[in-house]
Amino acid sequence: MRFVDEFRDAGTARALATRIAALCEPGRHYKFMEVCGGHTHTIYKHGLEDYLPETVSLVHGPGCPVCVIPMGRVDDAIAIAEHDDVILTTFGDMLRVPGGRGSFFDSKAAGADIRMVYSPLDALKVARKNPDKRVVFMAIGFETTAPSTAMTVLRAAAEGLDNFSIFCNHVTIIPAIKAILDSPDLRLDGFIGPGHVSTIIGCRPYEFIAREHGKPLVCAGFEPLDILQSVYQLLLQLHENRCEIENQYARVVPWDGNLRALQAIGEVMELRPHFEWRGLGFIAQSALRVREKYAAFDAERIFAVPGVRVADPKACQCGEVLKGVLRPWECKVFGTACTPETPIGTCMVSSEGACAAYYNFGRFSRERVKEATRA
Amino acid sequence: MTTSAGWAEEAVRAHAGAEHLTREEQVLERIARARARKPRIREERITLSHGAGGKATHTLIEAVFLDAFRNPLLEPLEDGASLETAAGRLAFTTDSFVVSPLFFPGGDIGDLAVNGTVNDLAMCGARPLYLSCGFILEEGFPVADLQRIVASMAAAAARAGVQIVTGDTKVVERGKADGCYINTAGVGLLDRPLALSAAAARPGDAVLVSGPIGDHGITVMLARGELDIEADIVSDTAPLHELTAALLDAVPDGVRLLRDATRGGVATICNEVAVASQVAVVLDERAVPVRPEVNGASELLGIDPLYVACEGRLVAVVAADRADDALAALRSLPVGAGAARIGTVRDDPPGLVLLRTSFGGTRIVDLLVGDPLPRIC
Amino acid sequence: MCLGIPGEIVEILADREDLAMVSVEGVKRAVNIGLLEDETLVPGDWILIHVGFALSKIDEREAKASLEWLTGVGDAYTDELAALAESDIT
Repeated sequence: MRFVDEFRDAGTARALATRIAALCEPGRHYKFMEVCGGHTHTIYKHGLEDYLPETVSLVHGPGCPVCVIPMGRVDDAIAIAEHDDVILTTFGDMLRVPGGRGSFFDSKAAGADIRMVYSPLDALKVARKNPDKRVVFMAIGFETTAPSTAMTVLRAAAEGLDNFSIFCNHVTIIPAIKAILDSPDLRLDGFIGPGHVSTIIGCRPYEFIAREHGKPLVCAGFEPLDILQSVYQLLLQLHENRCEIENQYARVVPWDGNLRALQAIGEVMELRPHFEWRGLGFIAQSALRVREKYAAFDAERIFAVPGVRVADPKACQCGEVLKGVLRPWECKVFGTACTPETPIGTCMVSSEGACAAYYNFGRFSRERVKEATRA
Repeated sequence: MTTSAGWAEEAVRAHAGAEHLTREEQVLERIARARARKPRIREERITLSHGAGGKATHTLIEAVFLDAFRNPLLEPLEDGASLETAAGRLAFTTDSFVVSPLFFPGGDIGDLAVNGTVNDLAMCGARPLYLSCGFILEEGFPVADLQRIVASMAAAAARAGVQIVTGDTKVVERGKADGCYINTAGVGLLDRPLALSAAAARPGDAVLVSGPIGDHGITVMLARGELDIEADIVSDTAPLHELTAALLDAVPDGVRLLRDATRGGVATICNEVAVASQVAVVLDERAVPVRPEVNGASELLGIDPLYVACEGRLVAVVAADRADDALAALRSLPVGAGAARIGTVRDDPPGLVLLRTSFGGTRIVDLLVGDPLPRIC
Repeated sequence: MCLGIPGEIVEILADREDLAMVSVEGVKRAVNIGLLEDETLVPGDWILIHVGFALSKIDEREAKASLEWLTGVGDAYTDELAALAESDIT
């Protein structure tokens, strides 16, 4: 696959790994946070940590939009789906996320009409095909996905559809990063910055991280060589006493972002005063809702949802994992009470969740595996 | 000398107990013990995951069916049961087909219904002989569609050299049965002295696959039409009895296990072997054959082809020194033309399937809970 | 949030100029290119696809530069290995 395979070359990886090791100061331990859940997934899926020296740790961050959805919002969506004339459409990622009363999957088994879609445009198609039903789209994602939802609402408005609405759970990345930077528990040396979010917001919004917090950030692509190169660039910055925002993913990310996409978001949505993030608590100006102008497409206005705050189960330590304070296996219930089959928290369910990634891909003793995989 | 140092290290480790392991390793041990515990079914209702061939299916089978029916013939939970009778050894199997849509590029539910059961018998090492078929039809289902399906079954049966000798039909009300469900059961002759089993794998064995993976599952996913994706991919449904015969003729005593890679894909079979034989299965990503279009569709949807169903591919575990002969035998027939060696069995870490990625790193390939779901994240 | 795949535009749909037929390894899907209306897109261009929308046009020059840097690192490594193999300090 073009633009993919070239960035997975093992030979180049070995070379880069040597360069990375050479940049590490003896006796110094480096901690970089990769914000994006997509990066977490790539790191584990390709076994990238095999190429990093022991002294470089990658810490997982809160950039998993499924992971940060509080249980109460899942319950709200299920409440909407339980109306007889509602078809709830959702991305596959959400199907097994546990709410207070079960997941979408459980609700579907109990009779709710919940369907998986690949694109919000597919949800629009369902609405056209089912004029006697009310179709609700569970909108999740950071700024990467919000423009697509916005464009879909604009399309629905242009077509005069009266049976389509969205349940908006879009969140924004900068407040999440700020929450990490303000957290006393964490001492990071730098950030592997979001890739696809940056195609929309560009690289400027991260400048405060270097300027005010003195940490470098490198926007990274999602192929394993992209991430390795970004680690290299971070170490180079530290080595050369620089502190800057860099764009490793320049083939896709424009420095100024995508104006049209930002306009679409701005036209259809506005920032909520505050929003609850699972594990991180309430964060101001961190999530989007539908504007008054498009009220006809806002499921929160159309349906009465319980809106109850559901506390995370006591045993759940997703919050600390999302902040990078705990590694997945350090969570008390990891792998025993909380597994992909019986998840307590979102980190174990989302394909981007750190716990799911570690459990599904990384759960082995490195030493024994090195023996086993030596050809 | 290296050997004695290793022995000493082992002894120290054995006596030192858990403290000798790092904290992370302690957690991994705890998890391994939790996974080895007897499965319990926690859900109150059946969900789609229970039919996907992954963890939920395994739990359902062990906690509900095996628990109730338990007997020595059922316990191995292989593709078919091996029965001793006065007439000789028979293989007996059953399978139900609920695919939607009923017709898809490369085949239909009828092809699957015959080939699926023929293949389960073939995976026991048996010569498939007789099939039964039961139909559950939805009120309103077009007879013309039924005739198409039945014609496919007749053709598939002829190609496989089996006869459909008995059957049943039921009709249920409109809204049930998705048009048409089919169950087939099959009987075959086990005239080879074989002991194929998922528990028979040994360190050093080779893991082979008979061709490119994922074609069927991706075809059906795209044929549902919800994803609006067009591709030149067709189902790989095919009878494999001649392939298994060729393999067993060439390697009569080096084959440990044969499995057709249906629901759950190659990854599920490797996990079953790893657990049953208490070995590690180490796969090489670069060696796994996948068509570019299947790869493209999988990347687009965020799905791993290792978990996607095939309907005309088998996985074979064979003794190391017979691997080349086995591959040659598979490749000698068109249906096995794309056969490849994809991995090796090792002794440690037991119960795990590892993948050496094309990037050169390592990761686990675990059972999925349910079906592989397309993702956006 | 993150699953974006590069795909090649094979056709801009005549009746809907905000849609393009895009191919990923021969697998085709109609993709909404409305977010890139400020770019002139033609068949042969590569775009990043996410949930049925094109988010960005792939800059082939940058991609080439990226790859050249990476290959350069690789070459330097192999050169060093070769040099190491050839050197003899005894």
